[in-house]
Amino acid sequence: MFLWFHKLGSPPHFYRIAGKWLPWLNWAFMILLLAGLYGGLILAPPDYQQGESYRIIFIHVPAAWMSLFIYVVMAVCGAVIIVWRMKLAEVVLISSAPIGASFTFLALITGSLWGKPMWGTYWVWDARLTSELILLFLYLGVIGLHNAIEDRRTAARAVAILALVGVVNIPIIHYSVEWWHSLHQGPTVTKFDKPSIHWSMLLPLLLMALAFQVYYVLALFHRCRAELLRRERNSKWVEEL
Amino acid sequence: MFLLRRDLLLALRNRAEYAMPLLFFVLVITMFPLALGASPELLARIAPGIIWVAALLAAMLSLDSIFRSDFDDGSLEQILLSAHPVAVLVLAKVCAHWLVTGLPLLLVAPLLAEMLGMPGAAQATLLLTILLGTPILSLIGAIGVALTVGLRKGGIILSLLVLPLYVPVLIFAASATENAATGFDPSAQIYMLLAFLFLATSLSPWATAAALRMSVS
Repeated sequence: MFLWFHKLGSPPHFYRIAGKWLPWLNWAFMILLLAGLYGGLILAPPDYQQGESYRIIFIHVPAAWMSLFIYVVMAVCGAVIIVWRMKLAEVVLISSAPIGASFTFLALITGSLWGKPMWGTYWVWDARLTSELILLFLYLGVIGLHNAIEDRRTAARAVAILALVGVVNIPIIHYSVEWWHSLHQGPTVTKFDKPSIHWSMLLPLLLMALAFQVYYVLALFHRCRAELLRRERNSKWVEEL
Repeated sequence: MFLLRRDLLLALRNRAEYAMPLLFFVLVITMFPLALGASPELLARIAPGIIWVAALLAAMLSLDSIFRSDFDDGSLEQILLSAHPVAVLVLAKVCAHWLVTGLPLLLVAPLLAEMLGMPGAAQATLLLTILLGTPILSLIGAIGVALTVGLRKGGIILSLLVLPLYVPVLIFAASATENAATGFDPSAQIYMLLAFLFLATSLSPWATAAALRMSVS
């Protein structure tokens, strides 16, 4: 087990394994995406209150979930970097940041598109919207810091510290924003509550979430392979490729 | 302790540089009545927000001085090599920074609050939030500076790193002051600020020390 883990951590080995997985991930992603979209856009009945426009949640909710999930992945990588200085964790951390930022952006865009017909405005300073926006800034900070430092290993360590600081702060930011909202007594927004979501909507939603998850791994592997080649361009195994 | 005294002495020797953030704080606040019109009701309503945003920006502006000069003349390496735990030394430096930049805000704030027409009860709360809030700004900011001190153009990136982390302080400090201004009890927010302060004091020096080691190596 430990040996397997150790082997996976070595760049050439990871490069090969990831390469082998890519076609399978491609297929899994396509199938899940098509099934989820078909279930969500065609099979699922329209909502009795929101009509057809609720269907954007099949993109919006998985994207929002992924935006949080990827930050947690980055923080775990950050801890691994600080403790074990594992090269692969550095690569995963750096490669995750743009993907996470784009998921956050996607969640914000789809949310505001949904908000226009539902709330009558693209943007309200609602607690969730605001904390998602701040999350986007945190992602951009990670990317910016990494770009600003030239040496890649130093940059990875800096980003690791930042990701760890961020993950301590995210719950604090989230709850304080939520509390700020309740304190200000803003416009009462009809939230999309889903305690009793019907399975015909839940199933496509979960399929889409899974599809996004697979997409993340897919994009991550692509980015990691490229980053590994760039980092190790002077090493023997890259020349042999 | 020695480090604290040294930093304070350094600050005393070039007062002009350290007075800049304070001046900036006053100037930013002056801009708001000019931009929004000087109607007293409006100003009194938005005063807590204005003062806190200005305090945030002033803190941002002064952050760089925590480690910059030490990094340039190499004494930062000496600090990292010393026999004492780095986190404690970092805490001393942050303390000095707060005494030089945070405390003056506390002294000017009542004047500005009066100029913006804040009610008296709110002014006391405002001072309390500044007293509790600005050390948090220095502590969190120290992490950001430690990460960017090795960069030639760290300024912009520093604000991108640090401002999102300042959000909770801004929310609770401004809403405590607003509560006091409208006659509610602000103690809940004050307790939250106090909790943030303890959390930041206990965790931030470690992160700063780790970041400094990264920056110097």
